[in-house]
Amino acid sequence: MPSALVFFNELSDAPSKAQRELLTLASRFDRATLAVASEVPQFAQDVISGYAVDKLLIAPGNSDAFIDHALSALAAAVKRSEADVVLVANDNFHREIAARLAVRLDGAVITDAIDVSADLVVTKDELAGSYSAQAKATNGTLFVTVKPNSIEDAPQAQGQQLEVQPLDCEAAATPAIRIVATEAKAASDRPKLTEARVVVAGGRGVNGDFGPVEDLADALAGAVGASRAATDAGWISHDAQIGQTGVTVSPQLFISAGISGAIQQKAGMQTSKCIIAINKDVDAPVFEIADLGIVGDLAKVLPQAAEEIRRRQA
Amino acid sequence: MTEETTVPLKIVVLVKHVPDVQFDRHIDSASLRLDRSESVLSELDEYAVEAAVALVESQGGFAAGHEVIAATMGGKSASNSVKKALQMGASSGLHLNDDALAGSDTVATSKALAALIEHVGDVDLVVTGMSSTDAETSVVPAQLAERLNFAQLTNALAVEFDGASRELTVRRDHADRTLSLTAALPAVLSVTDQANEPRYPNFKAIMAAKKKSITEVDLAGIGLEAETVGASGSRSVVLNATARPAREAGTVINDSGQAGIALVDFLAEQKLI
Ligand SMILES: Cc1cc2nc3c(=O)[nH]c(=O)nc-3n(C[C@H](O)[C@H](O)[C@H](O)COP(=O)(O)OP(=O)(O)OC[C@H]3O[C@@H](n4cnc5c(N)ncnc54)[C@H](O)[C@@H]3O)c2cc1C
Repeated sequence: MPSALVFFNELSDAPSKAQRELLTLASRFDRATLAVASEVPQFAQDVISGYAVDKLLIAPGNSDAFIDHALSALAAAVKRSEADVVLVANDNFHREIAARLAVRLDGAVITDAIDVSADLVVTKDELAGSYSAQAKATNGTLFVTVKPNSIEDAPQAQGQQLEVQPLDCEAAATPAIRIVATEAKAASDRPKLTEARVVVAGGRGVNGDFGPVEDLADALAGAVGASRAATDAGWISHDAQIGQTGVTVSPQLFISAGISGAIQQKAGMQTSKCIIAINKDVDAPVFEIADLGIVGDLAKVLPQAAEEIRRRQA
Repeated sequence: MTEETTVPLKIVVLVKHVPDVQFDRHIDSASLRLDRSESVLSELDEYAVEAAVALVESQGGFAAGHEVIAATMGGKSASNSVKKALQMGASSGLHLNDDALAGSDTVATSKALAALIEHVGDVDLVVTGMSSTDAETSVVPAQLAERLNFAQLTNALAVEFDGASRELTVRRDHADRTLSLTAALPAVLSVTDQANEPRYPNFKAIMAAKKKSITEVDLAGIGLEAETVGASGSRSVVLNATARPAREAGTVINDSGQAGIALVDFLAEQKLI
């Protein structure tokens, strides 16, 4: 039976939902090791011990160089754990270090996974979710990047004995990339876009005012998304962009308001379980994929829906 | 961009010929390969070509001796994407054309492209788009940095080049922050669609492109054995691929003043609230 390694670059807070999903996935394998390239606070260790992880390897690093430390830490963790499969998040940074190590170790890398079976067959999305494929490694260590919301987060609850050890890394051998400035992004109380159960997204049709979109998102405890037209216009941060060059979401419920549904936009949301679209134009392509389509003005429909939800919940 | 570099820059911009996203795209159920008819230059590579050409323009232009080589790998028709890059301002083209490349995964693709870049020789900068629009893995630029031992400046939201120090600075999102990252050449740069606005080739540029050359090479020409790329050089294999059933349009209603309530009724029916 194969063994697994989960790798997080950072764990300064409690593990995120996507990170807990990776820990759940790892518990399907014979042995599971978690390696983290930063300090791991005690409360995060307590959460981790709720999962079937045998060992936690910690490699705190320096913070003024980019990528080096993560590469060295992951290389050391693969060697120490002798894992057959390495599971990481699907974001660009984790994809890149996994892919570099696959090259360095002559292994394989598979991205956009939604599942990994106990015999290391990876199920993944292709062509923006319009195909589902299965793939496997033919040689060496298999690196897999797993999409959030693909695995049901299920801690095993039995407070396991977690062995914590420091992880020694070799000095980096890569050309230096200096971090010359760091800007923190504005924090939000809303759920993370990629992890949210409900997403309400606005496009050019909001005409500069995201108020009604945010209000409905809050009534549904959801996250706020946007089309590229809305982020390009500067009405909302680029982080909210959903689509080919933004984030991919697959929530239980996606509400699209004032978005036409261009192919690049659909690419980021078409695997949502249920889609509701509000658009003034009866011919908008978004209606072709919506479970419920409303031809109407979002400035009227969204506030009415938010008020009705609050009324029923009161 | 204060001072211009006095040493000419040799830039390779990688372009990929991919199925047009505006059409239905298909994976053949027998060969498990993507149907590559109706292919065009990957939209996201237009940002890479623009970044490379704009960088040269900020450094005295092509008159100063800089080069932007638009390079691709793939079958015969892939040269159409190189032509498009020449129309957008690249100075010459390079096409690694070999049947043995078919079926390469990212590990094999990066091996072939790294060998192609080494074959060009003395390359200062490799520029790519943030991802291809077909496989969408976004990992080949990082793998090239690993193979070439170049600095990895990927997923750039903005790019600046300092000619005097020959250093590149990019902005990139990283977890809950945005970083400014600086590295000396040689480097691999990948740019997002935030980085610039790709130019649209005008008539003059299209005519000028006809005079530019596209050099063709095969695997033997760059010193690679056929078995080290393609399906045999790949480290992963696709076992099967199935089209997900297309989403069907559900009910469409017109708002006559109560659609917000109907929306909430629908959520209740679907047990979403
Ligand atoms: C390389 C590339 C990558 C791209 N990546 C992305 C991406 O990641 N994400 C993305 O979103 N786009 C992306 N795009 C852009 C995409 O092609 C579309 O241009 C974009 O999605 C359009 O946004 P929109 O639907 O908000 O605007 P529009 O297409 O202008 O549509 C606005 C819609 O709002 C409706 N409307 C107006 N007023 C109201 C109202 N009061 N009430 C209800 N409806 C109203 C209109 O009927 C219309 O359908 C990309 C494009 C390229 C070339």
